[in-house]
Amino acid sequence: MVDSKQQWKAWIYLAPAILLLLVFTVWPIINTVRMAFLEGYRGLEAVGGQSYSFGFGNFEKVIHYHKFLNCLKTTVLLCVLTVPISTFLALIIAVALNNIKFLQKGLQTIFFLPYVTNSIAIGMVFAAMFNIVGSFYGTENEIIATAGIINNVIEFFGGEPVNWINYGSTYTANIIVMTVYIVWNALPFKILILLGGLQSINKQYYDAAKIDGTPRRRVFTRITVPLLSPMLAYVIITGFISGFKEYSSIVGIFGEGMGPADDPGRLNTIVGFIYDALSTNSQGRASAAALILFGIILVVTLINTQVSKKRVHY
Amino acid sequence: MSENRNGIMQEKDMRQVAIKQNIGKGVVKFFLYLFLITMALIVLFPFYWMIISSLKSLEEYRLSVPTFWPRTIMLSNYAEAFKAANLGRLFLNTLYVGVVSTLLSLVITVLSAFAFARLEFKGRETMFGLLLATMMIPGELFTITNYSTITQLGWMNTFTVLIVPFLVSVFYIFLLRQNFMQIPNELYLAAKVDGTSDLKYLWKVMVPLSMPTLISITILKMMGAWNSYIWPRLVANDAAHQMITNGLRNAFTDTTGDVNYPVQMAAVAIVSAPLFLVFVFLRKYIMAGVSRSGIKG
Repeated sequence: MVDSKQQWKAWIYLAPAILLLLVFTVWPIINTVRMAFLEGYRGLEAVGGQSYSFGFGNFEKVIHYHKFLNCLKTTVLLCVLTVPISTFLALIIAVALNNIKFLQKGLQTIFFLPYVTNSIAIGMVFAAMFNIVGSFYGTENEIIATAGIINNVIEFFGGEPVNWINYGSTYTANIIVMTVYIVWNALPFKILILLGGLQSINKQYYDAAKIDGTPRRRVFTRITVPLLSPMLAYVIITGFISGFKEYSSIVGIFGEGMGPADDPGRLNTIVGFIYDALSTNSQGRASAAALILFGIILVVTLINTQVSKKRVHY
Repeated sequence: MSENRNGIMQEKDMRQVAIKQNIGKGVVKFFLYLFLITMALIVLFPFYWMIISSLKSLEEYRLSVPTFWPRTIMLSNYAEAFKAANLGRLFLNTLYVGVVSTLLSLVITVLSAFAFARLEFKGRETMFGLLLATMMIPGELFTITNYSTITQLGWMNTFTVLIVPFLVSVFYIFLLRQNFMQIPNELYLAAKVDGTSDLKYLWKVMVPLSMPTLISITILKMMGAWNSYIWPRLVANDAAHQMITNGLRNAFTDTTGDVNYPVQMAAVAIVSAPLFLVFVFLRKYIMAGVSRSGIKG
């Protein structure tokens, strides 16, 4: 009796969550897959009663679309640059923090600060820092009224100012700016996780190494990194997942044009491509791109977990 | 005699080694601090630059040799920014969406977590596993269909559309369920014997015992509303329902070139201020929630 009473009671407790999940999670999964395989599906036409043939047409179109390939290139490039750099920096900062006592809490707090920010708002600050007024484009005697603080620093050390994000800037310069911003943004989470991992490593390993007189570098590569490897794997996987979903940090710096004024859309990403397709009502194309994104994330996660299985030591 | 001398030599050597080691340690410590403080300054620099730029006059901002402290403090930039971006209205919109969605989300999360942690029903583990599996799927996949769904429901440009689709978070249910499961079952059985109803037990025992997790969820949910950008831009970008991040981006469309940066930086500082306050006072709850998630906001 009690058992069956618990049964229906549980479903009542779960009812609001289940109802919302059915509408906003389960149905979207089914429907998005369906739209991806209906060739040339467009929401507005479908309401009008148009029917579509089933096939891989959307995927083929997306893959052959040079805009999509550009988005893919930018996304992959940003991932490949930012994940290793931010992981490495976070690792050495975490190890350094773990080796000091004085000021540890204060510095830890500072390093966590970028996490609690609005990526659009702080992106605008970075844009101001990299901006130049006037441009390098056009005539030779073009005057640079004000270079942003980054260029001021470069000039202070005797370098030539660079057109980072303005009209006429190069793709490489844009990517460098984005890499700096994304790494800055990604550090706090990684430091938090890695420092947590370091603090849970048993002190006995280090004491044993001390007795043996093991040099610091060897302690780092033979004790710290292996014992930290589960955390490292976690940080790298989540880094790749959020890297492939990069979007709003670019809006923060370049605005909704997703690129410098003379070449909008140059820095568009896969997520940006999906939203562009959605806003022109091409749901079929958007769905196909979303499934491709899902596929990429799945593959990267699987590769990472396979590698970690071999490399991760507990 | 020679033995004695040997002893002295060894002692001397040992002392020298000890001194060398101490110097070595000191040098390492010095470089550790040098490195950490340099990195900390780099991390802090954008915030510093935002604040001092927001206080400069436009002429001072445009000096080709930048000043690192404003000569005249222009608080009027803040007033101008507040007006230019209509921040008051945006603030109220965002607060409303944040508060309502957090309250509803907490109720749903508590009820679901309780069912998964304490009540026994057929298929409990299977269903929980399926829920966790949905966390793997990128949100964009849902957005495409949700966009059509809310259009059909006629929710375009309402507050409902900003609140309802994200009320259920599998991650929050997971987090709270873990917490609920740590509360000993004996307490529940004892309450049952006393004839306490499930809801009363949930409210009087489990919720108070899980306060830290509930606070973490509240902060993350509020921050999520404050920082949301993509979905609101798609479905509710009209003046009456605009969220603060969208309003900020729309008010200052130009990021490069000849922009009135001091005012723009003042607007950015105003938008960032509540986040800093949350950070200063509630940091440990954020850190506790974040270290178990990997999701921003």
